[in-house]
Amino acid sequence: MNTASVSLGTSASSQSRLLQLAFAGLLGIFVIGFTGFSHIEAVHNAAHDARHSMAFPCH
Amino acid sequence: MSIFRNVVFVAAIAGLFAGIVLACLQAYATVPLILKAEVYEQAAGGHEHAAAPAADAGTNATSSAAPAEEEEGWAPADGVERFTFNVLSNVVTGIGFALILVAFSEFAGGIGNWRQGVFWGLAGFAVFTLAPGLGLPPELPAMPAADLIPRQVWWISTVVATAVGLALIAFRRSLPLTVLAIVLIVAPHIVGAPQPASYETPIPEGLHHQFVVAVTLTNLVFWVVLGAVVGVVRGRFTGQSSSLRDSFA
Repeated sequence: MNTASVSLGTSASSQSRLLQLAFAGLLGIFVIGFTGFSHIEAVHNAAHDARHSMAFPCH
Repeated sequence: MSIFRNVVFVAAIAGLFAGIVLACLQAYATVPLILKAEVYEQAAGGHEHAAAPAADAGTNATSSAAPAEEEEGWAPADGVERFTFNVLSNVVTGIGFALILVAFSEFAGGIGNWRQGVFWGLAGFAVFTLAPGLGLPPELPAMPAADLIPRQVWWISTVVATAVGLALIAFRRSLPLTVLAIVLIVAPHIVGAPQPASYETPIPEGLHHQFVVAVTLTNLVFWVVLGAVVGVVRGRFTGQSSSLRDSFA
C-alpha cells in the first residue's frame, strides 16, 4: 500500500488517498443527511421546498 | 490532506453552480405547484406540517396561518426569504451530492471531462432520483404517506442498492456480478416502499402528476449539470483533461 502516486505536485500513498476520498464521501453523506433527512423542525422548514422538489421523504 | 481539499474544492464549485441552476428551475417548475398544494392543505383544515402560510399572500394570511404557526417552529416567511432559503438549501444539498459524486468517481479514476461528467450525472440521477422515486414518488404537501422513518430507511437502502448495482455493471465485467447487480437494483421494489394506510388526499391527481414530472426533469438537469461541471473544474484543476487516468492521486 505504499506506492506513491503524483497528485497536483504532492504525492500520497494509496492508503491515504482512499482514506481522504472516504472522508470526502462521508462529509457529503453527512451534508445530505442534514439537509434532506434531519428531523429538526427549523431545518426541515428552511429546506422545505428543496426537500419536496428533490423528492426526499418528507413530513 | 491535499486530495481531500481538492475533492471538497471541486465539489463546492460544482454544487454551488448546479444548486443555483436547480433553485432557478424549481422557482418556475416545482415551487408554484407546492404553493398550490399548500392552498389545498390549508383548505382541508391544515396539517401537522404546513411550512409557511400559503400562496394567498395578498390577504396577509395572519389569521389563517396562526394555528399552524403556534404548533410549529421557525419557518422562512413567504417571498424573498423563502426563495433565499430554497437557494441555500439547494446549494448545500448540491455540494453534498457533489462530494459523494466526486469521491465515488475518484475511486474509478475520476471524471476526466464534461462528457464523462454527463454520464456520471445520469448515474447519479438514476441512483438518487429515479430509483427511490419509483417507490416513493415526489410528494406534495398534504399528500398521504407512511411513517417518515421507514420511508427514509427505504429511500437510503434503495439508493445504496442501486448505486452498488450500477457500479457492479459498470466496473466489473462479469456475467454473474451483472446478474447480482440487476437483483440488487430490483430488490428494493420487490420489498416495496412503505405505503400510507389511506390514499385519500385533497390534492388533485393532475397536480401531483405535474409535480412528479417537474421534479424528475429538474433533477435530471441538476445531475447532468453537476456531473459536467465536476468534469470541467477537475480538468482545469489537474491541468490536463480528457485522460481517464489523470485522477487526483
